[in-house]
Amino acid sequence: MRYLCLIYDDEKKLGSMPKGESDAFMGEYFSFTEGIKKTGHYIGGEALQPVQSATTVRVRGGKVSTTDGPFAETKEQLGGYYLINAKDLNDAIQVASKIPSARLGTVEVRPIQEFNQP
Amino acid sequence: MSENAADQVRETVDAVYRAESRRVLATLIRLLGDFDQAEEALHDAFTAALEHWAEDGVPANPRAWLVSTGRFKAIDALRRRARFDASLPEIARRLETDPEEVSDDVQDDRLRLIFTCCHPALKPDAQVALTLREVCDLTTEEIAHAFLTAPSTVAQRIVRAKGKIRDARIPYQVPSVADLPERIDTVLHVIYLVFNEGYFASAGTALVRHDLSGEAIRLGRLLLELLPDPEVMGLLALMLLHESRRPARTTPAGELILLDDQDRTLWNREQIAEGCSLVERALSSRRFGPYALQAAIAAVHAEAATAAGTDWIQIVGLYDVLLRADSSPVVELNRAAAVAMRDGPQAGLALIDAILDRGDLTDYHLAHSARADLCRRLGRFAEARASYDRARMLSRQEPERRFIERRLRELPD
Repeated sequence: MRYLCLIYDDEKKLGSMPKGESDAFMGEYFSFTEGIKKTGHYIGGEALQPVQSATTVRVRGGKVSTTDGPFAETKEQLGGYYLINAKDLNDAIQVASKIPSARLGTVEVRPIQEFNQP
Repeated sequence: MSENAADQVRETVDAVYRAESRRVLATLIRLLGDFDQAEEALHDAFTAALEHWAEDGVPANPRAWLVSTGRFKAIDALRRRARFDASLPEIARRLETDPEEVSDDVQDDRLRLIFTCCHPALKPDAQVALTLREVCDLTTEEIAHAFLTAPSTVAQRIVRAKGKIRDARIPYQVPSVADLPERIDTVLHVIYLVFNEGYFASAGTALVRHDLSGEAIRLGRLLLELLPDPEVMGLLALMLLHESRRPARTTPAGELILLDDQDRTLWNREQIAEGCSLVERALSSRRFGPYALQAAIAAVHAEAATAAGTDWIQIVGLYDVLLRADSSPVVELNRAAAVAMRDGPQAGLALIDAILDRGDLTDYHLAHSARADLCRRLGRFAEARASYDRARMLSRQEPERRFIERRLRELPD
């Protein structure tokens, strides 16, 4: 079963990390990704640019409205994701708990909705 | 068949239902992989039992008969539905060739059921409702009555929880050794929530609430039977020791009586003896935690012949250990009350004020009533009045509020 792990971090906290610390943090991410590639959990994953680069788009009454910033202003921002393959929720929680940001921020685990092909 | 014989079969089936229905359900959930299908299969199996046992007699192993009948009924139901859903014949085929058959792994199935109902990915109120429904076989009406909510609310919680189990694929599994401590904590927490709802109930008829405490104790016993862990012993002991005081903690009119003022001859000696021996077993394991420590404190109270004869030195010592295992402001508050008994009200008051000054427990009525009580004993009546007033404002329980009002009336001006 596929799960999406949405990674929420406090960008300010990450931004104010000393260089040595943030390099080590990135290193942890690289080895985590390598690890879940080896175990066969990894399907995909990306980091996102900071939330200040976000644009929110809505179409109302046929008219496109574009605003600067994320959909919701929160203390922690969506900063990246992993799409994983896991046996069940326990397996997915195991993987999610090893994402380096789980220690500093929050990881939301969501099962992928599978649609039956007609 | 005579009417008499039919009655006899019905009685037998009823008795088997009471003794075995949860075990059969637990196994059917594993075999069918779905709560709702398993419940339907369970119902069908017992209906079939009424029919077949009257003709062929009661089978040698009723549980195995029920499990295998339930499974075949489920396969039939899947076949019938298969006309509408193309993926179902495949599931039915898989079920039929399931090599696991009806294993004797029943104990594990009941543990699987408990751990699944108490999975931390479910909301606490859903964990409680699902556990009472699936493990204890309470109806949604009974659960709603016990928690003073609408049956539709409880039903919705259960439906949502089952939906999450299915959609997020929460496995029907006893957790791995690595995850076990954290997962046991959730199960113990659910059982203790059920117990406390029954024990500290504010309203509803006493009888119904009492059932909830009894249900929690039964759950504790079941869990201990399946998983002899020191914290499980601790929780069961804690519940038994609390329960032992039930006859003494209220007047016939429902007024609250504090521990110090209780008639100790009313305490249930059997429950105390069982609780104390469980505490000893838990403590001697040296792997005990907060529940065993709280039970040990309750055991010291239970073993004191009078309130004045309580070993407060030991109680404070146990609270010190408990604070290291589980540091929380509420534990600190209880320790402060014990220190007040050991060293005098002044010492206890200083500790309580330190907690309140920190901004902890400022909305917790028991912190203010404990403070009021110590002020009263020190003759600081104006302060006592102010703290009792605050406690009364914060308390949501009617008997407790009446108790505080009584104390307020008794204060000298």
